[in-house]
Amino acid sequence: MIRKTIIKSTLLATSFVLGMQVQAVPSAEMLSYTCAGCHGTNGASTGDAIPSIAGLSSTYLVETMNAYKSDERESTIMGRIAKGYSEEEFELMGSFFAEQEVNKKTDQVFVSAKASQGKKLHKKYCSKCHTEAGTVAEDDAGQLSGNAKLFLQYSLADFHDGSRDQEKKMKKKMKKMLKRDKDALDLILNYYVSGKK
Amino acid sequence: MNKQNRRSFLKTVGLGATAVTAAAYTPFAIGGSSKKVVIVGGGMGGAVAAKYIKMMDKYIDVTLIEANKDYYTGFTSNLVIGGDRDIDKIKFGYDGLRGHGVNVVIDKVTNIDANAKTVKTAGGKTFGYDRCIVAPGIDFRYDKIDGYNESVANTKITHAWKAGPQTVMLRDQVQSMKKGGTVIISAPPNPFRCPPGPYERTAQIAHYLKQHNPTAKILVLDDKEKFSKFGLFTAGWAKHYGYGTDNSMIEWVKGSAGGKIESVDVAGMTLSGEVDDYKGDVINIIPAQKAGHIAHVAGLTNASGWCPIEGKTFESTIHKDIHVIGDAAIQSPLPKSGYAANSEGKVCAAAVVALLNGQKVPDPSYVNTCYSVIAPGDGISVAMVYAYKDGKIIKVKGSGGLTPGKFNAKFREREEQYGYSWFDNITHDTFG
Repeated sequence: MIRKTIIKSTLLATSFVLGMQVQAVPSAEMLSYTCAGCHGTNGASTGDAIPSIAGLSSTYLVETMNAYKSDERESTIMGRIAKGYSEEEFELMGSFFAEQEVNKKTDQVFVSAKASQGKKLHKKYCSKCHTEAGTVAEDDAGQLSGNAKLFLQYSLADFHDGSRDQEKKMKKKMKKMLKRDKDALDLILNYYVSGKK
Repeated sequence: MNKQNRRSFLKTVGLGATAVTAAAYTPFAIGGSSKKVVIVGGGMGGAVAAKYIKMMDKYIDVTLIEANKDYYTGFTSNLVIGGDRDIDKIKFGYDGLRGHGVNVVIDKVTNIDANAKTVKTAGGKTFGYDRCIVAPGIDFRYDKIDGYNESVANTKITHAWKAGPQTVMLRDQVQSMKKGGTVIISAPPNPFRCPPGPYERTAQIAHYLKQHNPTAKILVLDDKEKFSKFGLFTAGWAKHYGYGTDNSMIEWVKGSAGGKIESVDVAGMTLSGEVDDYKGDVINIIPAQKAGHIAHVAGLTNASGWCPIEGKTFESTIHKDIHVIGDAAIQSPLPKSGYAANSEGKVCAAAVVALLNGQKVPDPSYVNTCYSVIAPGDGISVAMVYAYKDGKIIKVKGSGGLTPGKFNAKFREREEQYGYSWFDNITHDTFG
């Protein structure tokens, strides 16, 4: 909380200085409202494939946007969009979405038996970093439980086939998990899709 | 606006300068007479502006007047014509807006008096406003094609460019067409609503015919030399529907090659250009366009037939205190698209809220994102980020652009799915 407040007041001060230039930096709200057409009002997605970004940690959102902007993270459209913003604008968006409540979908189709097996796998291999089933901002990672089904499926597939970089620790854990159970990704997907903790 | 109240919004929506300079902060007249906004038209622009004004300042009295009790989205209506989506899935009502405290009136606006600051309806009501937002969408220039008019469009040769009954009629005509028949689509000159729309429609009709009437043909008669997402569409038509081969289901005729249509013989189902006549079994004419009817009645249009505006507030440059958003406005380089209307609606809402509260108008930011589906598993997109600089809306350099031309199955499948999510979210952001 303290960290957030500091970021916010620094940003306001910077905007004040830049406000003197011809092209001013729009406010956090103004910037973030443009995301809502695809990501849902205040970042709460109602779609199957586009993820919710409400309640993400500001750090994670800024990191992600930078990775899209530099094409370090593969994307269909986000790279094209991220190239339209400055670091300062990413930080403003980050501050806005961090203030929104996490949107957990609880109406997605999943297989209960798989979800309960997935829960065990998550606890053993993922929960150290993705606490509370991946729903808290402090982890500085994307939302897992209750996020859009296809988004979760795409993300897991991309990490698995290497088209998205993983942190060393995650790579190791995923490898171990798949060694134990070759269907682990499907099981864990069902757990996240369930929206349960 | 979770975890945030009106006061903190107003502090932060403007420049940082507003927040740090206490003197610039003007408190509300709480308990006094509330400010009135009347919105004319409940499409993608008008509806989202109504919702976001309420989100930003619930004390503003917002009335939205719309002629129809339900709205059918133009985007995704081509998938109804192609048979993959039910018409009810693109239909939205206004209960969501009512839930946000918007006074929704189903009635037809007949006059806007910019001096008296009143809006009159066919139902005999008069609404006073402090600021009026006009979002009437488009109207057609039927006079550009001899023999074409609204009654023909409603009964035999559709435009289906405002989704609804004509969308269903065109779908049914395609589905009941004789084996090996010809569908003709006449595509309009610029500028017009949804630039990629006629070419997605071509693909969606081809998608239907390929499954059910594979010897049928589609002839696209275009007023133009080129069109939106040109390379992606023509490559997609080639990949899925044989475009460019002797056996192509689709033929596209550009304006200089005879694609410009001058008249229609309704009984003979024939379109005539300068030189050639074209006979079809199903004909769809997407006519040239102009701003919606009420914009002309209210004197908001210039010689172009569209409404000149100021890009930071979308206030009309003709009439004070009236803002025009969406397809009716001259908002270039923003396109006439649903997403642009969504973005404009929010920029305009923020400006209206600031102006009514004596605040500095916030600096705008706009985005357009638009998906088209060429075939199942093959979605494409175009996107752009826009800013406001030196009094103009500009494209942010280096941003945006098209789906890469080189076909990548994984990306195309995802773009299709993202397109469906886009639909879910933009409609919920607007009507939910």
